[in-house]
Amino acid sequence: MDRKTIDLWVGIFLMLGFGALLFLALKVGNLGSERTGDVYTVEARFENIGGLKLKAPVKSAGVLVGRVTDIRLDADKFQAVATLSLDKRFGFPKDTGASILTSGLLGEVYIGLEAGGDDKKLAQGDRITITQSAVVLERLIGQFMFNKAAEGPDKK
Amino acid sequence: MINGIRRIGSRGIDTIWRAGAMARFFWLVLLNSGMSFRRLHLTVREIYFAGVMSLVIIMVSGLFVGMVLGLQGFETLQKYGAEETMGVLVALSLVRELGPVVTALLFASRAGSAITAEIGLMKATEQLKAMDMMAIDPIARVVAPRFWAGVISMPILAALFSAMGIFGGYIVAVAVVGIDPGVFWANMQSAVDFRYDVWNGIIKSIAFGIAVSIIATFEGFDADPTAEGVSRATTRTVVTSALTVLAIDLILTAFMIRGL
Repeated sequence: MDRKTIDLWVGIFLMLGFGALLFLALKVGNLGSERTGDVYTVEARFENIGGLKLKAPVKSAGVLVGRVTDIRLDADKFQAVATLSLDKRFGFPKDTGASILTSGLLGEVYIGLEAGGDDKKLAQGDRITITQSAVVLERLIGQFMFNKAAEGPDKK
Repeated sequence: MINGIRRIGSRGIDTIWRAGAMARFFWLVLLNSGMSFRRLHLTVREIYFAGVMSLVIIMVSGLFVGMVLGLQGFETLQKYGAEETMGVLVALSLVRELGPVVTALLFASRAGSAITAEIGLMKATEQLKAMDMMAIDPIARVVAPRFWAGVISMPILAALFSAMGIFGGYIVAVAVVGIDPGVFWANMQSAVDFRYDVWNGIIKSIAFGIAVSIIATFEGFDADPTAEGVSRATTRTVVTSALTVLAIDLILTAFMIRGL
């Protein structure tokens, strides 16, 4: 095996390797498609965010329109503040409502936006005022048990 | 009784001695790596033997592993109606774990054993001694290029393995199960993080590359200069590499895992 053939093969090998790395980075890891230029961020306050995580999807009518980029706690009001970055292509009315939903019984937690009827659009840094907190399963069950108990034992 | 304790003691001393010798050997290889980059064709030649010759086994294994993951994953995910997240399952298990680990195990048995046998045979036929007589440092001329070739080849092979595996999973998902290709990629992309998943996998494969290469070269260099010694050294390379790779994997994963 002479040196030129070896060099050629090693060159092909290295190029294949970088191709695979590029594939992993761009197609699988989704690096580079998260541009910051064409998004705007809005804030939404919730009493309870349940299992919401960073990078959770923001959907409107089931279509992905953005992601949750920050979650923090307002230390004065003890409310959770979620920062949503939304795609610039979608302008939402000012009275849009945000609620924390779960896709399916065991699915991921996401924020659903329901557009309102206002003429003015949400802009960078605005706050979504109409929000609905996450449904906490334990609380729901607790309430159900409490109601059952209040009905009394004689009624079937 | 006394003899039994004595045997344990001698085993212990021997193990510690070998670990120390390997650490010193590693340091010597690093110190003498200048030549493998100044005379790059030495290293390129070894990349050919260690990397290019392993291409077929790595890529075919990757494809099969990805397809099996897809089929097995479908079986379980289907019960929860979540078969559309199959891409996530295939991509995460390959990029994080299976890619680097299986590649390292295959690399140890395909290339590591060859390196050990080659160096061991050079020692048995006194070629290393002859080099020493000619004032050529065998570590710089023979060992270091093979070491660096292994370190360079491992991450590339692991990336190829993962890419082929994801392609295999894609074939199963789209052609056999009938998942929409757009959904397959979109779910995968939203779940796989470049820095946390892909980059950590690359770090793992580099660590495995260093471990396998240094074990293979050390066992060859340390082999008894007989036919039996070389054969025993080759076996030891595969066994030690496999155990070391899995141990390093456990340690690295424990450090890398989030939310512990």
